Amino acid sequence: MEDHNVTKVVLLCCGSFNPITNMHLRMFELARDHLEETGQYRVVRGIISPVGDAYKKKGLIEACHRLEMARLATEYSDWITVDSWESFQSEWLETAKVVRHHYEDLLAAEENNDDVDTVKYAKKRRIEENNFEGSSHHKRTDLPQLMLLCGADVLESFGIPNMWKQEDIAEIVGRFGLVCITRSGNDPHKFIHQSDMLWKYRKNIHVVREWVTNEISATHVRRALRRGRSVRYLLPESVVHYIQEHDLYSAESEQKNADVVLAPLQRYTGASSS
Amino acid sequence: MATRRVPLVLLACGSFNPITNQHMRLFELARDHMHRTGQYQVVGGIVSPVSDGYGKQGLVLAKHRIAMAKLALQSSNWVRVDEWESQQQDWTETVVTMRYHYGRILKEYEQSTGTHIDSDIDSSDSSSPRPQLKLLCGADFLDTFEVPGLWLYDHVEEVAGRFGLVCVSRGELQPERAVHDSDTLSRFRQNIFLVKEWVRNETSATEVRRALRRGQSVKYLIPDSVIDYIHQHNLYTEDSERRNKDTLLRPLTKQAQEPVKSLDD
Repeated sequence: MEDHNVTKVVLLCCGSFNPITNMHLRMFELARDHLEETGQYRVVRGIISPVGDAYKKKGLIEACHRLEMARLATEYSDWITVDSWESFQSEWLETAKVVRHHYEDLLAAEENNDDVDTVKYAKKRRIEENNFEGSSHHKRTDLPQLMLLCGADVLESFGIPNMWKQEDIAEIVGRFGLVCITRSGNDPHKFIHQSDMLWKYRKNIHVVREWVTNEISATHVRRALRRGRSVRYLLPESVVHYIQEHDLYSAESEQKNADVVLAPLQRYTGASSS
Repeated sequence: MATRRVPLVLLACGSFNPITNQHMRLFELARDHMHRTGQYQVVGGIVSPVSDGYGKQGLVLAKHRIAMAKLALQSSNWVRVDEWESQQQDWTETVVTMRYHYGRILKEYEQSTGTHIDSDIDSSDSSSPRPQLKLLCGADFLDTFEVPGLWLYDHVEEVAGRFGLVCVSRGELQPERAVHDSDTLSRFRQNIFLVKEWVRNETSATEVRRALRRGQSVKYLIPDSVIDYIHQHNLYTEDSERRNKDTLLRPLTKQAQEPVKSLDD
């Protein structure tokens, strides 16, 4: 039996995933525990959405590899999935547009009473609930809430000039919601306090404290790989094997986009005249 | 003639209650570091879980800790689990465990080279250097040398002086400081290898047990196979955490000069 006041949540995490690490996966686990412990939410699915190649970040390897590694890493998760839509866009897309896209996906899935995702758990639940509610033409009110999952660094990047459009931040935080994983040393509450916009929507920002410090950054992993050092136990075994098999991270791959301006900065600094 | 690298075995002693990804990272970091010195060739790693007699709070049975360590190390081609220490009736001093393993390593070495080593002094035959055994530990371990009653001086001297330490620093702990602050450790500092872990990654078994008691996820902190084992045997609960709650750590009673009174006195 389930409390009807419990809101279903889908967590969306956007990023380079270059490569995906155990820390990315931990973020999902921490966010789910936190939201469910409030008693108000039930997290039904997590979506990993690797950025497209047009993002132009230094050292960003092809999306096909980043997608495959994310798939391998989530093979043994019964609720985290990988979505390739963003990766396959030929141009870089604002995160707000990616969130909107996934929200429309959720809407469409509900309207068609269709199982778009293949997560067994979510699927099973949905079938149960459909039986309970019968075939109603009314708009379902138990549509999952989509929230953007991120680290404290993303929250803080809201303050970097030309990184984000203000209306995008308002949409992401105001309309959808944010789950922000934070470590000792970061103070997201202070950051929220200092931003009028974030303060306005503070109720939609869930700050999750990570008590066990776990700073496995993809940058660190790539550096270790370039230097021939072990990265075992920092990322899933299957991903380590994939990297070795395809010889993915080298001094050469790190030079990709070395002198290119990051797509969001290019777009918002008025460099494009047309 | 190029000098040959010294074959090195790394031994990690501890509760492994349960083993975590971080424990296995220590081995990887230590091996990379020792290889970079150009002097050593790491030929093996040994995980040696402490016996039930240790008396640490929340310590689950050795058979479970051994089983979990074996599952976790299934995919490693150089680190293995050894049950000798965990099977001892009483808690074993780390130095005794080191002597046992070094004895076995030397025996294997003699058999493979057809030589016989009759003295403890290095015969300095650099064509085939004798293997060494070093204790692998986290930075917090160095601090235990300063805890009164936990270590006998002779043992510290043997562990740090005769064998050697490879110490991986985590987070903000400063092993350099611990070595500097201790007269004993600074005496042997040429035999203490400090490995800096640049990524702060401090999954402690205590945190893992805490999360498990509270029904929180520990996925990606410990291997999936270990999580399955823990659930199967319902290992870490509020009850299990109360084990040995009011017991003094065995090293404190075993090595005490005079009988230690119980904490309730």
